[in-house]
Amino acid sequence: MAEPVLDIRGLKKSFGALKATDDVNLDLKPGEIHALIGPNGAGKSTLIHQIAGTLMPDSGEVRFLGRDVLRMGVAERACLGLGRTFQVSSLAPEFSALRNVMLAVQARQGSSFRFFRPVMSDRTLTGPAMEALERVGLQDRAAIPAAELSHGERRQLEIAVALALGARAFLLDEPMAGMGPEGSRALTAFLHDLRHEAPILLVEHDMEAVFALADRISVLVYGRVIATGTVEEIRSDPAVREAYLGDAA
Amino acid sequence: MTREAIVTAVLIAALLAAPFAAQAIDEPFYITLATRIAILALAATGLNIALGLGGLVSFGHAAFFGIGGYAAGILATHAFNGEPLFLGLPGTNDMIVIWIVGALAAGAAASLIGLISLRTSGVYFIMITLAFAQMVYYFAISWPAYGGEDGLSIYVRNAFPGANTLAPMPFFLICFGVLCTGLAAFRSLMNSRFGAALQAGRQNEVRLAAVGIAPFTIRLAAFVISAMLTAVAGALFADLNRFVSPSMLSWHMSGELIVLIILGGVGRLGGPLAGAALFVLFEFALGGITERWQLFLGLVLLGVVLFARGGVMGLLAGRARHG
Amino acid sequence: MSTALLIEQILNGLQFGVMLFLMAAGLTLIFGVMGLINLAHGSLFMVGAFACAAVAAATGSFWLGLVASLAAAAAAGAVIEILVIRRLYDRDHLDQVLATFALILIFSEGTRWVFGSFPLYLDIPPLLSGAVRLPGGASYPLYRLAVIGVGVAVAVGLYLLISRTRLGMRIRAGESDREMIAALGVDIRTLYTLVFALGAALAGLAGALVGALQSVQVGMGEPVLILAFVVIVIGGIGSIKGALIGSLLVGVTETLGRFLLPRFFAVFIEPSDAAAIGAAIASMLIYIVMALVLAVRPQGLFSANG
Repeated sequence: MAEPVLDIRGLKKSFGALKATDDVNLDLKPGEIHALIGPNGAGKSTLIHQIAGTLMPDSGEVRFLGRDVLRMGVAERACLGLGRTFQVSSLAPEFSALRNVMLAVQARQGSSFRFFRPVMSDRTLTGPAMEALERVGLQDRAAIPAAELSHGERRQLEIAVALALGARAFLLDEPMAGMGPEGSRALTAFLHDLRHEAPILLVEHDMEAVFALADRISVLVYGRVIATGTVEEIRSDPAVREAYLGDAA
Repeated sequence: MTREAIVTAVLIAALLAAPFAAQAIDEPFYITLATRIAILALAATGLNIALGLGGLVSFGHAAFFGIGGYAAGILATHAFNGEPLFLGLPGTNDMIVIWIVGALAAGAAASLIGLISLRTSGVYFIMITLAFAQMVYYFAISWPAYGGEDGLSIYVRNAFPGANTLAPMPFFLICFGVLCTGLAAFRSLMNSRFGAALQAGRQNEVRLAAVGIAPFTIRLAAFVISAMLTAVAGALFADLNRFVSPSMLSWHMSGELIVLIILGGVGRLGGPLAGAALFVLFEFALGGITERWQLFLGLVLLGVVLFARGGVMGLLAGRARHG
Repeated sequence: MSTALLIEQILNGLQFGVMLFLMAAGLTLIFGVMGLINLAHGSLFMVGAFACAAVAAATGSFWLGLVASLAAAAAAGAVIEILVIRRLYDRDHLDQVLATFALILIFSEGTRWVFGSFPLYLDIPPLLSGAVRLPGGASYPLYRLAVIGVGVAVAVGLYLLISRTRLGMRIRAGESDREMIAALGVDIRTLYTLVFALGAALAGLAGALVGALQSVQVGMGEPVLILAFVVIVIGGIGSIKGALIGSLLVGVTETLGRFLLPRFFAVFIEPSDAAAIGAAIASMLIYIVMALVLAVRPQGLFSANG
């Protein structure tokens, strides 16, 4: 069996009496889409924050590509290839779509301490950035400031940024949120192929998309992973039905 | 050429033309006025790197302006009286050396101040930069060796190779040349990879970190570069007045530098120049009519902040666009 | 160095700290509740001092002057809140800094216009003139002791106001959740004006009290304002408790530093050099303390808003 790309062991995080993350074990293997589902308040966002590095767990282990990344900051983890999209779109609003992606290309190429060459005429930046935009179908909107893009377009742009980073694993936090049915279908098809480039840890509320995409699903309830398995296993797991699907469906 | 580029080019051309017109009608005082505009525009261009591009509201840039001024004053004093500075190093009256020394001193100070203040953000950053600048101010006042509260006179304006700096016109041209260099540096920086990261950090710090660029180091570098440019302006300002005093370090000076940028347009290449021209002309015109011109400056500033955001550049060249 | 002299300096430090607290409490309250950085707070300090000096000169009564200082500063605060400050709550800090910087220019020049450029003088009221004997043989001006007393009273009063009254409850609610308090039907605009006027009145009181110790002149509020900033950076923005502890720390450090450092250096070097070096370092001492606090706790000692 292949080494997991992302490996989380015994992760714990409490806020006062609330155990937001309660001894979570989770891994992401090459080529798979691993979906993380759970009712609102189950602690999905808290978990994502700890994986990305914005929140420090109380104890436990986060390994990425075989390295212990627990003490690393957000920027360092991103440099290693952890490509994250945000639940609430997080882009540079005044920059055009192209410049948002160029920032990721620039980061991937290394030093940002270059003071002279203008970025807009630098083909080593604009080329790969435009390619990433084309892959998500945003090439015609390249010159539009991120703030003026539609909600769905911004989600696509987030993914283009993660692509341009050359991510070794994707951490996608509700990429379908706020998209119309057509957009969701297109994105589902896109993610379907993306997994072969780098595995995806997908947090998503859209169950149709999750069941269509996921190789494995983990169910998080009150900070605990109550089940991990294939779509079929999860569908038929009594604990899941009771705790989650039972009252949600 | 974009409309913004045209407006900026016209402003620069007008600044260059004004002293020649003044010389033609034999009003050398206007040359001094234009020199003042050029120097303040340079100081504000420095601040514009931190404030405009990086969104770092430094309320302490007077410290760097003053450090540049004191570099000029102290080096010139030692060159004048022949006493070594320290470790047997002599003073100098060579402007270029003075600029370098001033910029390095300010850069060192900015590194220390930035290391502490950039750990914070928002209101904390504003207050901490203000407080550190005030520390430098009080130090200058209570340190008697270089004039303390009374300041330090520069008896003969410092020298520049091949120019008679004592005459108003050559000195203006030196200041104008340095301003143009400063503007070119700002423009290059704004469009570079470094500038992209710096501006992205202002718009969305989380995003910058998420692509793998640590905002802190980018900001620290920007803060230091910003301070160095402002320090060169401070050295020129000291030479213009042939005098340097703690008032160059005062928090009013820091406030004025921010005001120049706001009047002109935040984060715009031409903003500081437009703002400095407006400010100096305003001071000159109203100062001629009433002693209370600062009252009216306050009212105008209040009006601009409350109702006319975007400043002169916003008015003349429309909203800023980022490629 | 006698113990009496040291006690006197410590009391001076406390008195200075208490005065800083009156400024810092208003600043930190305004920031905590409205999220506003107010540079013009020093102008309200000056307004208080001028009102007290002018009324005391006209009526011969310091006490009437004191009442006038509270009224004038509170009124000035309410007026600028309604005309200007109110428009700034939703703006970024840069706009707030600039608009309140503009207010300083207007206040300073306006005051010069009305009162001229010469300083005014305010006498200590007869009731509080004279000195008190302290245990250990030292004597200390009664007025300065009274200032310390006023500061302690204000600190206790603020504590009771915020923890025990309806207004205090609303202020605490306003700090944590603006929408919530508006949803509960509290008139948030009036609340903000009240809080701002309260902060202004405290600044005015500080100005009047200090006016009797030094000359009353334009610009007197600015050095105090910046020290008050240092205080709340150390104490944690939004925290009254932090403002109190920060004020006393800054007041005592500043005063004792000026007193002790030159004497300390005199042990090693020439007295005249020691005086110069000691004074120069003492002038930077509180900023060094601030830097040290920030290096350990970037959000200050008692940050209220995280």
